[in-house]
Amino acid sequence: MSKILIVAEHDGHTLNLSTAKCVSCAKAIGGDIDIAVLGQGHDAVGAQAAALAGVSRVLMISAAHLAHPLAANWAPEVLQLAANYTHVIGPSTTMGKDLMPRVAALVGVNQFSDVMEVLSPLSFRRPIYAGNAIIDVKAAEGQKIVMTVRTASWPATGSGGNAVVEQRTAQGTAAGHSRYLALNSAGSERPDLQGASKVVSGGRALGSAEGFALIYRLADKLGAGVGASRAAVDAGYVPSDMQVGQTGKIIAPDLYLAFGISGAIQHITGIKDSRTIVAVNKDAEAPIFEIADIGLVGDLFTVIPEIEALLG
Amino acid sequence: MKILVGIKRVVDYNVRVRVLPDGSGVDIDGVKMSINPFDEIALEEALRIKEAGKAAEVIVISCGTDECQQQLRTALAMGADRAIQVKTGSALQPLSTAQALLRVIEREQPGLVILGKQAIDDDNSQTGQMLAALWNRPQATFASKLVFEGEKLTVTREVDAGLETIEVDLPAVVTVDLRLNEPRFVKLPDIMKAKRKPLDVIPLEELGASLASNLDITRYAAPPLRQKGIRVENAAQLVQELKNRGLL
Ligand SMILES: Cc1cc2nc3c(=O)[nH]c(=O)nc-3n(C[C@H](O)[C@H](O)[C@H](O)COP(=O)(O)OP(=O)(O)OC[C@H]3O[C@@H](n4cnc5c(N)ncnc54)[C@H](O)[C@@H]3O)c2cc1C
Repeated sequence: MSKILIVAEHDGHTLNLSTAKCVSCAKAIGGDIDIAVLGQGHDAVGAQAAALAGVSRVLMISAAHLAHPLAANWAPEVLQLAANYTHVIGPSTTMGKDLMPRVAALVGVNQFSDVMEVLSPLSFRRPIYAGNAIIDVKAAEGQKIVMTVRTASWPATGSGGNAVVEQRTAQGTAAGHSRYLALNSAGSERPDLQGASKVVSGGRALGSAEGFALIYRLADKLGAGVGASRAAVDAGYVPSDMQVGQTGKIIAPDLYLAFGISGAIQHITGIKDSRTIVAVNKDAEAPIFEIADIGLVGDLFTVIPEIEALLG
Repeated sequence: MKILVGIKRVVDYNVRVRVLPDGSGVDIDGVKMSINPFDEIALEEALRIKEAGKAAEVIVISCGTDECQQQLRTALAMGADRAIQVKTGSALQPLSTAQALLRVIEREQPGLVILGKQAIDDDNSQTGQMLAALWNRPQATFASKLVFEGEKLTVTREVDAGLETIEVDLPAVVTVDLRLNEPRFVKLPDIMKAKRKPLDVIPLEELGASLASNLDITRYAAPPLRQKGIRVENAAQLVQELKNRGLL
């Protein structure tokens, strides 16, 4: 039977939703599921992890050099724990993408990146070429599996669990060559882009940071998260953490509304698992219409105020 | 200081790749090949560091078949001083690439290694982190800004929650994100000059990288198609349709 270790993602206070999604993937593999929570003074996070349904044990490791997820400090710690597991799993968020390959190299294996489906405990499905192809990938019998989980492909496991919480001592010390300085977060009150059930997104067409206010207003009316194309980020209308796509965030909300986004393959790959995609674009030939469930050819600067008025 | 920059030959980002009907691979016959866009940004950054007087030499390296010499020549035309091809029979997986890079690092002793944050073909995003692990040096992934202070480097990283800054000691591995810079265009005279720049070929076997833990791709498939959508004429119909579907 598989023994699965999930590396938790958190900010010191709150467990990231990505961890509950990793648990769903772990359940699809089948076996005993533990969660490692590295950090410092982060007991509240351990309690949240222990409440996830289907988790056996939560391993709390607290040390000053683990306070922030510096891969150089975390990877050796995860490696120590990995000895007792067949699978080591992290989310394919920037935290997991940074950490897990470092773990994999220390273990001495290639990593399965962005796992979207489990075929067997040794075989997994994942996208390549910005989602233009899907491959089945298999590891040799007996090989330790290190993977990142494509969070948009998995539901979050619910609560109701009652895992045992164990305190462990850190085995390693600070790598010494890497120091965390700061996190500069826009800190919005809006729903988190990766967890929101509705997302309103804007592209280059918004024309300026001021123009983008139109998108924020509609999003607030709908209680939606806000995303953007790379062009909108590059042009400085919005911060980089709002970029959706191959090299930004991969999301799968129930409703995705794209305004003035052409639908480049690198953008589409970030949204195509959304339940319903709505596109508003003034160019009837824009590729976004090929994947939109509901398309409207029109000028967003008139359509958005109309929608707002109709919503009352 | 020497800077080593990794270059991967990939299908150009404008090409829509298709899966072969028999599921044995993707159809890349005759399609346009380019330097992985992130690697171009990595090279641009290395060139700017050199131009600012903080590095003496920029070396580009690619692990691949002889065809990757095309991309190495382009990199030389952009301004790299010399190139190394680690000659392989087929594409390497990230761990083997990292092992090969490490062997070359041991020979060349660079102060900084810059790679793209991912290759747009396999979208793995592993090689830089693996190299840093094997080399036992710092990693600064998804970089959107680099600032040097003596033997230290302050890196701004694009993370899900915003912009994170970390400080690393050199030597280090940096993987770059899209917003770090905009790569320069290659000029015709530089293409001529690049032909005379050194390009060393080292067989992979000579470096002793292991291919042991390779993962086996058993099947390629086209992504599932979305059902064809509908068109609405105006905002009122759009809102009505969303209400009908229980989405508002
Ligand atoms: C390596 C690489 C990685 C990339 N990663 C990403 C990524 O992660 N995410 C991403 O989004 N892109 C990514 N891109 C960029 C991508 O290729 C496109 O350039 C980008 O998505 C275009 O953004 P856009 O649709 O906003 O702009 P454009 O393509 O310029 O489209 C603007 C659209 O707005 C429409 N429009 C204009 N005015 C109006 C109006 N008044 N009302 C309605 N519609 C209007 C136009 O018809 C057009 O369709 C990547 C590119 C590369 C090379």
